[in-house]
Amino acid sequence: MAASEETVSVLGRLALFADLSMPALESVAHTLDEVAFPPDSRVLRRDLSGAAFYVIRDGEATVSIDGRTLATLGRGDFFGEIAVLTGQPPGADVVATTLLRCFTLPGPEVEPFLIAHPTVMLRMLQDEARRLRIANTWQG
Amino acid sequence: MAGVEGGGQPFPPGDYGVVVVGSGPGALQTAYCLDRLGIDHAVISADDAPGGMFARMPIFERLISPTKPSAPFERTSRDYERYDHNSLLAEEEDARGLVPEFMDRSFDVPSRAEMHMALQAFAERARVRVRYGCRWESTRREDDGALVLATGDGEYRCRAAVFAIGVTEPWKPKVPGFEDVPHYAETRPPREYEGRRVAIIGKRNSGFEIANGLLPWAREVVMLSPRPVNTSSIALLPIRTRYLQPFDEYARGLGGAYVLDAAIERVDRVDGAFRVVAQGTTKPGPLSIEADDVIIATGFRTPLLDLPELGVETVSDGRIPALTPFFESIGAPGIYFAGNASGGAAGLLKVERAGQSTSVNGFRYNARLLAQRIAERHFDRPRERSTIEPASLIQVLLDELAHSPELWVQRGYLARVISFEDGPHDEGYEPLTNFVDATGPDAVAAAVELAPDASIAPVLYVRRGGNVTEHQLAPHPLHAYETDDYRAELEHVLAALVRVAA
Repeated sequence: MAASEETVSVLGRLALFADLSMPALESVAHTLDEVAFPPDSRVLRRDLSGAAFYVIRDGEATVSIDGRTLATLGRGDFFGEIAVLTGQPPGADVVATTLLRCFTLPGPEVEPFLIAHPTVMLRMLQDEARRLRIANTWQG
Repeated sequence: MAGVEGGGQPFPPGDYGVVVVGSGPGALQTAYCLDRLGIDHAVISADDAPGGMFARMPIFERLISPTKPSAPFERTSRDYERYDHNSLLAEEEDARGLVPEFMDRSFDVPSRAEMHMALQAFAERARVRVRYGCRWESTRREDDGALVLATGDGEYRCRAAVFAIGVTEPWKPKVPGFEDVPHYAETRPPREYEGRRVAIIGKRNSGFEIANGLLPWAREVVMLSPRPVNTSSIALLPIRTRYLQPFDEYARGLGGAYVLDAAIERVDRVDGAFRVVAQGTTKPGPLSIEADDVIIATGFRTPLLDLPELGVETVSDGRIPALTPFFESIGAPGIYFAGNASGGAAGLLKVERAGQSTSVNGFRYNARLLAQRIAERHFDRPRERSTIEPASLIQVLLDELAHSPELWVQRGYLARVISFEDGPHDEGYEPLTNFVDATGPDAVAAAVELAPDASIAPVLYVRRGGNVTEHQLAPHPLHAYETDDYRAELEHVLAALVRVAA
């Protein structure tokens, strides 16, 4: 999908893509697809195989298990990568709470994408590390 | 329903249940399906004949989806639909499988002209009436929720509107100099590019189509866009069929064709020619391409007019309407999209983007579902359900998995659903997302999906007590799913549901 300068600019303001040069941002903007979900619709489905990788462009969503909310997601947050990278079904539902617009990449394209854009992979790793630390803190 | 005017044009302005806008394949299929369901409707089109974009595109005349004139099944049979990805659907034998009738068999993909003739024949034989030369100009919603479409002929009031208006408006990103450069839609006859250096901005369908078409004429063809060509995924897409010749020539170093990954900074005019100034993406560094002609092949948008003011949400820089699984606008109830514009329904995003909703083979099934949905939602006409003999349940599902054109073409998007309230009932087809997300009685949905290893495999989704579980069946290399092994596996998966139903 060809992308407008607005999409490139939106991507450039998201933390995940903050280290990319302008040509690389344009390449990423042309690689990601965009999808929209109405409020209350499921985006990621617990225990169903296969998942895509999503980065929120606009709107909010919750991460939940059996209706219990674990986290709230907003602009720039991403999800689906754990299911993709482990090859396992998602462990939780992600449900849109407002109109939700996401950039998305099909699961099989995620690994080559991250290898082609190592600064995105590093940003993702830092985010995962923060999440792990929070989870460990809670348990402790 | 309003009748035919004295001049012979059907559907004069007035009140209708549904108004369908367009006369391309999406509009013709939707109108046909609404008519068969007996839903009051009008069909209006700015064009003067059926066919939509196939009256003028693709520019180099060749489609990308196959139709096999010879197949193991009669052209009038449902099984033939899997061999014919261009014909519209009809109940009448003389309106079914029409595209092969017009093909000269130079290729197994029809030409634009052959497709156009088949669509005209469909409109005639399936008796799809359209008010031609009637241009939709603006839209408003009344206090009672009704939609009013203003046209050059007058106003149409309706409960629901279906816009089958294609993705047909040329779209260019805002890059300095692009405003003076022709779009794909303005490409001149190929002879006029003889001996010239042509730069093509864009490496998707339309970019490759133009590049391939100009290879026999131009002195040099240079394609540029930021994203690299992913040959491994394109190998599985229909655009591979004809358009990858420029990439092949560049990759083999044959001369005269270049396929570059570059972000375009601007296009300058220099001494009557062009200079494309760009930055490499896959291989960083400045690039400067001199060209006698530049063509911008960055795609199209849906001509939505004022629909965003009524709440129609979009994706992809405002180019595509964002839709629910039943093709209703997210944000504007009662406004539906059919045809190529139905691609904005996300579906279950698993290994691939589900379904073929942006081409005729996929959206012909979407149109049938859409007409049923409109009948249910706006006219209180529930879907027809039929009972299934418990003894034939497994065979029905095996048949579906092995042969169903709906499941095989709208792969991962549509599912055949059988419910188990008061015995097995055939619920027909529904979007898979709807089945896995909606509450409902105990049921099974049969689907066909792409597996992570790129094989095509059947999947059963079982809903029991409100919980949905997924059962992937092993793919068969010949897609032969009517064997004892698969029968036993289905019996095992369905055992609990069948016991409850019995």
